[in-house]
Parts: sequence; C-alpha cells; structure tokens
Amino acid sequence: MRMHVHRYERWWMTFGFSMLVLFLCIIFFAAFADNMNPPSGLQQIDPTRVAQTPPFDHPGLRRLSDGKYEVYYVAQIFSFNPQTVTIPAGSTVTFYATSPDVVHGFSIVDTDVNMMVIPGWVNAASHTFRRPGTYLLLCNEYCGIGHANMAAKIEVQ
Amino acid sequence: MMLSSAPPQVRSENRVVIAHIYTATTAIVLGALFGLLQGYSRADAIQTPPWFDYYRILTLHGVLMALVFTTFFITGLSLFVTYRSIPRERSLRLGWLGWAVMVLGTAMAAVTILSGNATVLYTFYAPLKAAPTFYLGATLLVIGTWIVAIEIFENVAYFRKAHPGEPVPLVVFCAAVTFLMWWIATLGVVAEMGLLIPWAFGWTHGINVMFTRLFFWYFGHPLVYFWIMGAYIIWYNIIPTRYGGNLFSDGLTRLTFLMLLLLSTPVGLHHEFMEPGIAPQWKMLHTLTTYGVAVPSFITAFAIFASFELAARAKGKSGFAATVANLPWRDPAFAGAAYGMLLFIIGGFGGLINASYSMDSLVHNTIWIVGHFHVTVGGPVALTFVGCAYWMIPKLTGRTLWKPEWALWQTRIWFLGMLIMSIAMHVAGLLGSPRRTESVAYLGSAAAASWEPYMLLAAAGGTLLFISIIMFATVAIGTLVTNDKTADMTVTFATQPPAGEPTPAPLQHIFRWGVLAIVLAVLAYLGPVSELLQHPGYLAPGMRTW
Ligand code: HEM
Ligand SMILES: [Cu+2]
Ligand SMILES: [Cu+2]
Repeated sequence: MRMHVHRYERWWMTFGFSMLVLFLCIIFFAAFADNMNPPSGLQQIDPTRVAQTPPFDHPGLRRLSDGKYEVYYVAQIFSFNPQTVTIPAGSTVTFYATSPDVVHGFSIVDTDVNMMVIPGWVNAASHTFRRPGTYLLLCNEYCGIGHANMAAKIEVQ
Repeated sequence: MMLSSAPPQVRSENRVVIAHIYTATTAIVLGALFGLLQGYSRADAIQTPPWFDYYRILTLHGVLMALVFTTFFITGLSLFVTYRSIPRERSLRLGWLGWAVMVLGTAMAAVTILSGNATVLYTFYAPLKAAPTFYLGATLLVIGTWIVAIEIFENVAYFRKAHPGEPVPLVVFCAAVTFLMWWIATLGVVAEMGLLIPWAFGWTHGINVMFTRLFFWYFGHPLVYFWIMGAYIIWYNIIPTRYGGNLFSDGLTRLTFLMLLLLSTPVGLHHEFMEPGIAPQWKMLHTLTTYGVAVPSFITAFAIFASFELAARAKGKSGFAATVANLPWRDPAFAGAAYGMLLFIIGGFGGLINASYSMDSLVHNTIWIVGHFHVTVGGPVALTFVGCAYWMIPKLTGRTLWKPEWALWQTRIWFLGMLIMSIAMHVAGLLGSPRRTESVAYLGSAAAASWEPYMLLAAAGGTLLFISIIMFATVAIGTLVTNDKTADMTVTFATQPPAGEPTPAPLQHIFRWGVLAIVLAVLAYLGPVSELLQHPGYLAPGMRTW
C-alpha cells in the first residue's frame, strides 16, 4: 500500500506520536523505578463474614514501627469504620479497605489516596502525611441514598 | 438542482430520520432540565424532595444524555447519510423497526427510573439491583441499534454489488465503520445483561461483581468513541461544505475511522485503574492502547485545520487571521462544530491526564471527570450534533430554519456555559470534590468549604447551558410549526480535491478490519479475564440501597 502523506502532516504526526511515547516513558519510568502503581489489591475476602475475619473484625489503626502504621477500614452503607484515626505528622500509613455490601469509593482529600472498595476484595493504598491537620476521607462512588453523608476523619498531629 | 419538494421515496426516508432526530431532541431537553437541577443541588441552592431524589435525577440525566440522546442522533445521522448517498427504491422496514425497538426500550427504562425502581445511575454497578424492566429496556435500546446497523450494512452490500470495484461513498464508509465498532462494543454490555437480567428476576441468587464491571467498561469506553465517531462523521463529511472547502484526504479519513475501529475497544481498563482484583500489568497494557487511540484524533486535528487553510488559500488568503476570518462563523451548523472543536482541545488534554495510569488517582471519581466528559461528549459531540441538526432539519423537512440568529446565539451561549461549568468542575475536582453527590457540604469540613465557590460557578454555567438547550428546542420545534417550505433539500458531502491521491485498496475494506478489531479486543482482555476466572470468589445478592 502506498499513500502519499503531505510533509506537514508527517511532521505533525511525528510530533504527536513522539509526545505520546515521551509521556508513556515517564509513566513507565515512574511505575518501574518509583513503584508508582495504582491500588490493585489482589487479596480476596468473604463479604458475608467481614465482621468475623481478622483484621477486619477489629477495624482501626495498628502501629507497625516508628512512623509506620496500618489502618483497616470497613466501608459500608453509609459510613466508614473507624470514624476517626489519629496519627503523628510524618507517618507513612497503609490503608486497607473492604466492603460487606455494595461498591464504595475511598478517597482522602488533599492526598493521592483514591481507590475503589469492592465486596469480595481488599484494596490498599499508602500515603505519607507530612502536614498536620484534619483530613477528610469520603466515599466517592455512588452507593445509595445516603452516599453524600459517607465520610470520616483522619487527624494528623 | 434545487430540491424543495422531494420525491415520495426520499420523503418517506426523511420521516424515518426525523423520528430518530426528534427523539434525540426530546432526550436532550429533558436531560438538560435534570442537569440544571443537579448543578443547583450541588451548589446547595435547592434540595431535591424524597419522591424525586438527586440520584434518580442523576440516573435520568446520565441515561438520557449518554445513552439516549447520543444514540438516537447517531442512528438518525447514519441512516440519513446512507439514504442520501445511495439513492434507490428501498424498504424502510428496518429503519422504522430499529427506531421502534429503541423507543420501547427507552420508555421501559425511563418509567422504571422515574418510579424509583432503578436508582442505579447510568453505569448500573452491581450489587445495586434495579427492577428487571430497567435492564430489559436498556437491552432493547441496544438491540434497536443493531437493527439500524443491519440496515446500514445492507446498503453497503447493495452498493458494492451495484458498483463493483468502486469504493463505498466516504460518508457511508464512516457510518458503517462506526456501527461495526459499536456492534463489537455492545457485545460487552449484552453479555453483562446476560448476567444481570436473570439475577434481577431472581432466577440466579448471586452475581460476579468483577465481571459485570469488566463487561461494562469493555463497552463503556468504545461508547465514548461511538459518540466521537458520530461527531467526526460530521466534521469530515459535512462541515467542509459549509465553507465551500474540501476534505483534506479521502484515504486519511478512512484510515482515521479504521484506527478508531481497531483501538476503541482494547482500552476499557483505564476506567478501572483504581480497582482491586485486576493486576497492574493489565492496567498498564490498557494505558498503552489508550495512548494509541489518541493518534486518530491527532490526525483529525490536522486534517480539519488543513482543510480550513486550503479553503482560505483557494480564495487567495493566507495566514492565521485570514484563515480564521474565512470561516463561516455566522452559520449555526459550522459554529456548533467549531465551538465543539475548541472545547475538544481542553477535553483532549484532560483525557491524556486521566489515561495516565497512576496519575489517575488524583482525579478518579472527582468532579474533574465530570468536567472532562462535558468538554468531550457535552461539548464537541453534543454541540456538533445540535449544529448539525440546524443543517439537517431543513434538508429533512424542506422547511427553512426558524430564527437562524437564535440558532447562532444558541451555539455561542452553549460554548460559554460549557466553558464556565467545565472549568469550575475541573478545578473543584483537583481540590478533591467528589462526583455523584447531592451536596458537597461534608459536615462543614474546611476542604469542602473550598469547593463551594466552584459549585456556584458550575451552576451558573449550567444555567447558560439550560437556556441554550431551550433555545435549540424552540428553533427545532418552531421550524416545524412555522412551516416555511422554502428550503433546499439537496445534500452534498465533502470530497477530496480532484487532484487528490486515490485511496489505497486496503483502506476501502470494512468488515475484514472488524475481524482484526475483535482479535485485538480479545487479546486485551484475555489476561484479566483468565485471572478473574481463577478467583471465582463471591457471588453478590442484589441490594437496594436507595
Ligand atoms: C444543561 C446542560 C447540562 C448540565 C447543567 C449538566 C450538569 C451536570 C452535572 C452537574 C453533573 C454531575 C452530577 C454529579 O456527578 O453529581 C452531570 C453529570 C453528567 N452529565 Fe451533564 N449536564 C448538562 C448536559 C450534558 C450533556 C449534553 C451530556 C452528554 C451528552 C451530559 C452528560 C452527563 C453524564 C454522562 C453525566 C454523569 C452521570 C453520572 O455520573 O452517573 N450532560 N451533568
Ligand atoms: Cu458512597
Ligand atoms: Cu475511556
């Protein structure tokens, strides 16, 4: 197949294509060198037994070592459990969340923690809280009539 | 030849198209009303009553705009260009049947939503469980479009038989490729319905949530390319005729549509970046293919601006200002498409950001995303369609447009309103404001307070948009009522300049490219699907949480 392509068109296509390749290189570099991957929890759980399955039978904060924490959340209609957690500034926290009912969202405003919570799965994301303050955790996937009230707090001191 | 009273065959073809286009018009007017209510509710200017709650309104808005308005317009447009490019004595049974099935499906779904039994939004994510009539209605809407697709494919086959060796007319080629892509895409949602319908009836007791989501987004991304291809049909084939220009290149246009056919489907996981249960390497694969599907849009940007420039040069004008001034800014059909193109520049940048894998965590499910699709489907696509309606209605009815200056102002007000609403949404989204919420007060949190001014701005933009859509409806209905039968009904579509290159043979095929498109779609989903099959997991009972 032969098709004449105008010179300017070729330049434009080369430019566009190169930009895409450049962007992709940046994304892949971030993924492989800095381990910047989206939350993709692959652990399964029986949603009908969340309240009996450790560690979700006691949702809340766990201290791993100095400055390292985990929080286990149950996201359910229309609240998060725990409602409030308090951590010192500078801590790195890994959030684990699961749902016993429908799909929820898990988004902490002013951070890059943003993940889907799907019944049957445990999803996870980490963040280092440098700035003290009250952070808003909210559900950002429609889950029913009380969806707009589904929120919680993270106190960073 | 000026055609102001068409022969009976053309008149009855026009009636089919009018049915599709005016159904689309009804959907966008109702959808606009609901959109306005959403904007006001989020700005805390109104509170929706329990018998007509926010999420019921949002379901109606999403379904009417994303699924009904767009689909009916594209079926109508595609039938129109096919009928006019391949004139013959033909039966209109399929065109009418497709419309009737689509209307029946829409009515079933709409009544179910209105009665509060399907407040599941237009994405109907399980385990939220709607009444079965909602899923049945949505399925019928899709099946109706398949009937329209058969009608278009049949005309392609007829043309090839009647004109051996001749390429299918470009505009029909574009419509046929669009519907082939659509057919491959809708297989996903019909497969999902195969899980949802028996479950909604209670014949099965649980549903695999991950599969429903995977099937939905297998369909959901090509759905947006279906809209965009509808707009591209107009940008390539109709818009150049508004300024007396030519198509830049026949071959390049066909190449664009074929690339969209191949690359629209194997990308759906970019809607599931933040999900558990799907390993990162599959998300990365779909990042790669999503970047690929940007290429035909780059080609389109070039081809459109090149056509603008060549038209100006043909009149001895050169330079940026002269090229812009040469364009018919006072023609509502052109203005609609051109303002749409301008909005699409914002939409394109935003889309690359959303597609950027881990970067999506900054915007996922925030109101940024809503801002994004209002400057893609709500601007470039919908405004192009509305502009195109100003061109098409006279061709269909023989009636001269009532109040063309209203039509022109309508496109300008839309552009302004969409710019305001969408920019406000983009900014609020970056500040963390979520989408799909009736209010963003969040117990007086400081972050939530910072979103409020942008919600007010978005409501103001939404008001302009609403006014604009009412103006469109007034012109569309006014043209029928005033019955000024002086319009020229002849239709011509853009072609490349006579000196242009002949189109290479591989770019004239349609259906064999479809085979490759299916292979690519299968390859892209093989990995995540086989992994999910290894973790059969939980079957969710339905829930009604509204
Ligand atoms: C009068 C004009 C319009 C206004 C005021 C408007 C307003 C809105 C608002 C405020 C939302 C966000 C609601 C939320 O997330 O809570 C929304 C969502 C949406 N809009 Fe529009 N819109 C308009 C026109 C359109 C058009 C023309 C289209 C497409 C053709 C469209 C498609 C959508 C879709 C698909 C959603 C998402 C629904 C969902 O999240 O389930 N809108 N609109
Ligand atoms: Cu929610
Ligand atoms: Cu997409």
